[in-house]
Amino acid sequence: MTDHAVTAPPAGRTLASYIYDPKFRGLFFQALTLAIVLIVGWWIFDNTTENLRRANTASGYGFLSGRAGFDIGQTLIPYTSDSTYGRAILVGFLNTLLVAFLGIITATIIGFIIGIGRLSHNWLIAKLCTVYVEIFRNIPVLLIIFFWYKGVLGALPQVRESLELPFSSYLNNRGLAFPKPIWGDGAILIPIALVIGIVAALAIARWAKARQAATGQQFRTVSTGLALIVGLPVLAFFLAGMPLTFDYPVAGRFNLTGGGNIAPEFVALYLALSFYTASFIAETIRAGIKGVPKGQSEAAGALGLQPSKITRLVVVPQALRIIIPPLTSQYLNLTKNSSLGVAVGFPELVSTGGTTMNQTGQAVEVVSIWLVVYLSISIATSLFMNWFNAKMALVER
Amino acid sequence: MKKTLLSATIGAAVLGLGSAASAATLDDVKAKGFVQCVVNTGLAGFAAPDSSGNWTGFDVDYCRALAAAIFNDPSKVKFTPTTAQTRFTALQSGEGDVLARNTTWTISRDTSLGLNFRPVNYYDGQGFMVPKALDVKSALELSGAAVCVQSGTTTELNLADYFKANNLDYKPVVFEKLEEVNAAYQAGRCDVYTTDQSGLYSLRLSLSNPDDHVILPEIISKEPLGPAVRQGDDQWFDITSWTHYAMVQAEEFGITQENVDEMKNSENPDIRRFLGVEADTKIGTDLGLTNDWAYNIIKQVGNYGEVFERNIGMETPLKIERGLNALWTKGGLQYAPPIR
Repeated sequence: MTDHAVTAPPAGRTLASYIYDPKFRGLFFQALTLAIVLIVGWWIFDNTTENLRRANTASGYGFLSGRAGFDIGQTLIPYTSDSTYGRAILVGFLNTLLVAFLGIITATIIGFIIGIGRLSHNWLIAKLCTVYVEIFRNIPVLLIIFFWYKGVLGALPQVRESLELPFSSYLNNRGLAFPKPIWGDGAILIPIALVIGIVAALAIARWAKARQAATGQQFRTVSTGLALIVGLPVLAFFLAGMPLTFDYPVAGRFNLTGGGNIAPEFVALYLALSFYTASFIAETIRAGIKGVPKGQSEAAGALGLQPSKITRLVVVPQALRIIIPPLTSQYLNLTKNSSLGVAVGFPELVSTGGTTMNQTGQAVEVVSIWLVVYLSISIATSLFMNWFNAKMALVER
Repeated sequence: MKKTLLSATIGAAVLGLGSAASAATLDDVKAKGFVQCVVNTGLAGFAAPDSSGNWTGFDVDYCRALAAAIFNDPSKVKFTPTTAQTRFTALQSGEGDVLARNTTWTISRDTSLGLNFRPVNYYDGQGFMVPKALDVKSALELSGAAVCVQSGTTTELNLADYFKANNLDYKPVVFEKLEEVNAAYQAGRCDVYTTDQSGLYSLRLSLSNPDDHVILPEIISKEPLGPAVRQGDDQWFDITSWTHYAMVQAEEFGITQENVDEMKNSENPDIRRFLGVEADTKIGTDLGLTNDWAYNIIKQVGNYGEVFERNIGMETPLKIERGLNALWTKGGLQYAPPIR
């Protein structure tokens, strides 16, 4: 726009001169668009409030502090039927975050393996990976959830015929019961040791990198780091006098009582989301690796790098630049798909929110909470991935 | 941009409320030519499509009676199947004209949801069903059990209250759809199924071995079920209420689908007024209907007792006794105010 040489209009312009003035035209249409957006927004707001008023329903967010009165099967934070609706929604939110977080990690790992597998020179491996991708990519994720829930986990034995696993764990169609660790006094030393281990490992990695850049000497960063991160907490555990006991699951009249329990609803949702999204991630990974010109690895080979180092230092960093943006979309999809957990009764955000909505009748408020929460999760994921992408981007010199 | 998008999405989500609660529901219903009835997605005996896709059941017959009263044609009704979670929104938003979905009348639903409940067409109470093999005799033995329940119901709340009041532990296994709760119970995902007793009878039929399951004696709540309408339309509220009362009154008079034509010649002024054959009666027109509205209901659908026996009574697979739902003259609670 700026390089258009718009001559100052002479005094007393005609209408036509305005129509043919690109600057004026531009401003006019922007103002018009803005006005339409504002009017539509106002109409929606006004229509909603008017209809809510006419429907004689209660409105506002005051209901969030009311007593919920219903119980939730799987909670990460303490919750009883005496807790508030707000806390019920928070429980759902945390469950959503849990399944999304674990799902993203698992999907990425499976996706990487399958994606690289498809590029394998081994015919069988490559074909198996292709079959995996084509199956999971072409089935609706809801069906995959049902497959895991009803087909796999539902086929597990009844509670009285539980499969006995090592370490006093039991597997049945109500999930996996396992001994729950109970930490005693002094156990706080262990996470402290873990943090110290991680910080020390990072510091050593920095130092080793600087030293290699300066002198060319290499250092065993990975093994030293692992030793610190694993070794320090273990050391702390023994120093604190092994403050650990277990609460074992025992057969009660109806259920296995005590111990920890992983419910099949969670497992079904988590596995389905992981397997489904992994098929897309696998294709993204394959595209990324294929997208690095062959000349790059050939040139690296000509410089005398070992094949493993060619992959790690030359191909993957360049492939990541292609992979990260579509990967972000897959992560967002996975998070949003977790709302399908409502179909198998996993108490995630849509499930606990839905119950709240029904008990209070405040549909608009609950729907707005859903929208804001999913939008926030997605934007946070996007921001993180954008930051990561910027860090990985090729630095142009 | 993101902000605009957000408000637009919220707006789109609530646009369903667009045509809410216009004042004269009867005029709307007459204009479109049918009653839109919000029912269950499938509860045998109460509201479920049969093998040829026709809706049948106790709640369905109520809707048909309403259509008979307005149009003299019980087929002028369309059904909106809803889950427990979506039923109120469907009514509030104007998607349906009346909610007849075995819904419990509570004060909070009557007030904060903007609905009006009346009358109670089925007196129910919440019960428990367990497999016989567990050898449970009383609900008080259920500590530690996993309990299957449908989300968004009064049942879910009563369950929490009952176990808390009796200091019992339990693990809720909650689904949104009735079919999923049934499947979970059948698969042994939980030990106990809880819902209204009428629902338990209905559900037990759909299990592969109905005789392997027993319904415990405890009734832990009052569940008065009945039709609901939106607030703010008294005429429509009157029509939906008196449709039920007419059916109850007909049973009390002994008027049945079969003898309703003979009854028109009755000497009893009460019956003549009820059937709209008394010369100066204005009952029907005052309701906004025709004077033979009650006759049409009985002729087309039947009286309360007939509807009960046909759908859920002792002759049906559900085998539910009249109990609290017997007429007041027979020790029950079904009682119609005078129709005069």
